[in-house]
Amino acid sequence: MQAGLRGERLVALFILAAVAFHPPILNLFAVGTTVLGWPFLYLYVFAAWAVVIALTALITGRAKEPSPERGGDAKPAPEREG
Amino acid sequence: MLQPAIILGTAFGYLCLLFAIAYWGDKRADRGRSVVNNPYIYALSIAVYCTAWTFYGSVGRAASSGIDFLTIYLGPTLVFVLGWFLLRKILRISKANRITTIADFISARYGKSQLLGGLVTVIAVVGIVPYISLQLKGVSTSFNVLIHYPAIAMPSAVSTVPLFQDTALYVALVLAAFSILFGTRHIDASEHHEGMVAAIAFESVVKLVAFLSVGAFVVFGLHGGFGPLFARAMEAPTLAPLLTASPASVFGNWMTLMILSMAAIVCLPRQWQVTVVENTDEKHLDKAVWLFPLYLLLINVFVLPIALAGLMEFPNGQADSDTFVLAVPMAARAEGVALFAFIGGLSAATGMVIVETVALSTMMSNDLVMPVLLRLKWLRLAERTDLSRLLLGIRRGSIVGVLLLSYLYFRLIGESYALVTIGLVSFAAAAQFAPAIIGGIFWRGGNRWGALSGLAAGFLMWGYTLLLPSFVKSGWLVESILTQGPAGLWLLRPQSLFGLAGLDPLSHALFWTMLVNVGVYVGVSLLTHQSAMERIQATAFVDVFRRAESQRQFWRGTATVSDLESLLGRFIGATRTRQAFVEYAERRGLNPGKMREADAELVNYAERLLAGAIGTASARVMIASVAKGDVVGLDEVMKILDEASQIIEYSRQLEQKSRELEVATGELRAANERLKELDRMKDDFISTVSHELRTPLTSIRSFSEILFDNPGLDLEQRREFLGVIVKESERLTRLINQILDLAKMEAGRMDWQIAELKLKDVVADALAAASGIFAERGIHPEVKVPDDLPLVEYDRDRLVQVIVNLLSNAAKFCDRERGWVGVEAASDGDAVRVSVADNGPGVPAADQPRIFERFQQAGNTMTDKPQGTGLGLAICRQIVERFGGRIWVDNRSGRGAVFSFLIPIRRAAQAAQ
Repeated sequence: MQAGLRGERLVALFILAAVAFHPPILNLFAVGTTVLGWPFLYLYVFAAWAVVIALTALITGRAKEPSPERGGDAKPAPEREG
Repeated sequence: MLQPAIILGTAFGYLCLLFAIAYWGDKRADRGRSVVNNPYIYALSIAVYCTAWTFYGSVGRAASSGIDFLTIYLGPTLVFVLGWFLLRKILRISKANRITTIADFISARYGKSQLLGGLVTVIAVVGIVPYISLQLKGVSTSFNVLIHYPAIAMPSAVSTVPLFQDTALYVALVLAAFSILFGTRHIDASEHHEGMVAAIAFESVVKLVAFLSVGAFVVFGLHGGFGPLFARAMEAPTLAPLLTASPASVFGNWMTLMILSMAAIVCLPRQWQVTVVENTDEKHLDKAVWLFPLYLLLINVFVLPIALAGLMEFPNGQADSDTFVLAVPMAARAEGVALFAFIGGLSAATGMVIVETVALSTMMSNDLVMPVLLRLKWLRLAERTDLSRLLLGIRRGSIVGVLLLSYLYFRLIGESYALVTIGLVSFAAAAQFAPAIIGGIFWRGGNRWGALSGLAAGFLMWGYTLLLPSFVKSGWLVESILTQGPAGLWLLRPQSLFGLAGLDPLSHALFWTMLVNVGVYVGVSLLTHQSAMERIQATAFVDVFRRAESQRQFWRGTATVSDLESLLGRFIGATRTRQAFVEYAERRGLNPGKMREADAELVNYAERLLAGAIGTASARVMIASVAKGDVVGLDEVMKILDEASQIIEYSRQLEQKSRELEVATGELRAANERLKELDRMKDDFISTVSHELRTPLTSIRSFSEILFDNPGLDLEQRREFLGVIVKESERLTRLINQILDLAKMEAGRMDWQIAELKLKDVVADALAAASGIFAERGIHPEVKVPDDLPLVEYDRDRLVQVIVNLLSNAAKFCDRERGWVGVEAASDGDAVRVSVADNGPGVPAADQPRIFERFQQAGNTMTDKPQGTGLGLAICRQIVERFGGRIWVDNRSGRGAVFSFLIPIRRAAQAAQ
């Protein structure tokens, strides 16, 4: 179950990264402006790259623990009082 | 400061340091204290991906076409996002099968085919040797640039340097020595070369730090930060397009480069070596999947700034953009930085050359030379007693051969076009392995003929569309082949095959090679049949995670232990063989001295041992030469596989069953608890009932005795006593009736007379029945029952009984002086709620849950006189719950208790309304 979810997350991240690093999206940033002194396109590519790396680390690192983020919300609703 | 002696001395010192680190790494490994057994070293060793081509060439590429140098590093990042699927599966398979190289992997997957292993090796050597030459050229060029300091002189053709003054030759020889010393320590190529990996990881650190230092120096030292540098570049009309990347030109072959680099990170022999073969623990991959991309990101941050700085420094092309990493610091008179950059480039080149050479030499010895030698009967190799020395000799010879071949290529072809573009051309050659590998681990149907013909077709197409044009451009073939096609065949022009135009040469080649490679692989696989061995291997690879023991027993034949032992001894040495057999025997609890006939498992074990040394395909052949019998037939394989899948199915069912059993056990345990509780309650019940019955009986008996013994009592007294007797008898009767009722209801034997009832009438009946007790205490109950309540379907008498019970309870417990009792009924959703309130002491919260149990009364039963039988509320609950209702008690704010119950309205009743 957990492993399956981790796999799905990684596939989703792969697709997201593949789209982010290809021309249709890149073209959006290939404009002549600079942001923080950097050409916009370069800033975008490096920032997106860093985000992909961070997410990969998060997904592969987290799944070792038995997923703490899914523990608390399974409580049954309190019984209705007349 | 930058005299040749100093440069050479530094380079030599650096190489010595590498030897020392590798030696230290191996010594630590021998003592069992591995330095490479952690994810950080693993990730750094994978960074051997960054070669001199990265170190010098990225800047050159950025200077000419802007952002697309990044594709070479974004592709691997994408692959490593999926590393947890793809690489982990390859790792698991390779460890289970003692895979030593990529050729070994492909040949093992497709039925341990020697032919396929050989083909992969040939493709790898043809594709990769020029790439190694490129590294040697990088070292040589950077050295020649550096020794001309302070002049920025571009070296003319390297071949003008006399052979024995050429640094590349010496570097090649030193690296050959290194690879031989640390890359062929074990005869078993599947074992880890820890010293080599430690040195490679160190080189990765050096090249990263060197490149970052050059970058920081150029950006912050020369231009005062990123902002000013970029601002200056934006002003130059020639540089601005590099920054804004006019999409049409730069993104043209973006996707091609991404696909090539994605394939390369898996399929390049050196990447296979460090990622798969040298991996010490599968868990290291978890960290490496983000550490390695992080490394790539870091080493690329300064590429574009250096390129821009170089273009501004040398606007007229005084320096080749491939040498900017050296030339920019040199022009700034920063000798130390330039020297450090040279060392960084040296480390990038040497790391790649070492690993690539070791990987190629293993492939050449295991998949090319050994199979051929073993086939040549006249060599009588099979009769030699010790082949391990020969094997190591072949491997070492291959290392020297590969390096000299690379050097020769570099000397002969030198500056030609063929060498400059070879980086991507090599990637394209390695990419030819991708369909066979990816198909091999995810598709059971891919077979040997498919892989062979697909690889061959892709390789030929690669040669025709990429290699041939590069030969033409180097001037070795006539130009007309490109412009008019070979022999004037217009449709066969290598760079626009069948008239396909509009693509750049690399994309064109990738399209055609992948089309024929994948197409032929899939097509032939679908049209031909798998042999038994292929079928076994296909299942073992594809289902590697589903089978705990991937080495299934498909070997039916037997061999004598002594035959096996002598066979293995010839390849991996007698001592090691003896040791391995003793280990095997101990693990199986056998006496190693008494093993005569080797069973199938031992034969498999021996084959795997041998596979580590000479490759799976040759191991298969060698084992077959001593073992009688053969691999089982196809039918049997199918049967075994079916059995295996049945076993998997059974085990899944078993797991299901055991889960169900666990649930059932839990339920049983709960039921048991409940039964014990009931048993205890029954005992309590009986003792309480006896007690309750005895009280009225005792008083009846004592009054009867008084009457019996004293006939002379006066009439008044006699009436009084008889009155007590009657009252106590009534109480006794009531008690017994209630007990009977309760017992009937609990046993489900009660007759229920269901009818549609108007609740107002029912309440009125109940009030009438209870009027006596109210009159006795002078209470006038307050009744609020609306007329328009829905009808309920219920047993009228029972419902009256419930309300009377609650009313009499209320009357009993309400305030002595100013007693008040309220009855209320209201419709509450799909139910009707009836509540009876009083102004008595209320029910303590602790008693509320158990007040509806039998003989449970609120308050202290030991001190207070009980005011009822203790069965009334229990009966009420039975009646209410019989029809899906609910009864409970609350305390009123202020004072008193409210007993309420809900009766669901039947749909029929609603419809009737």
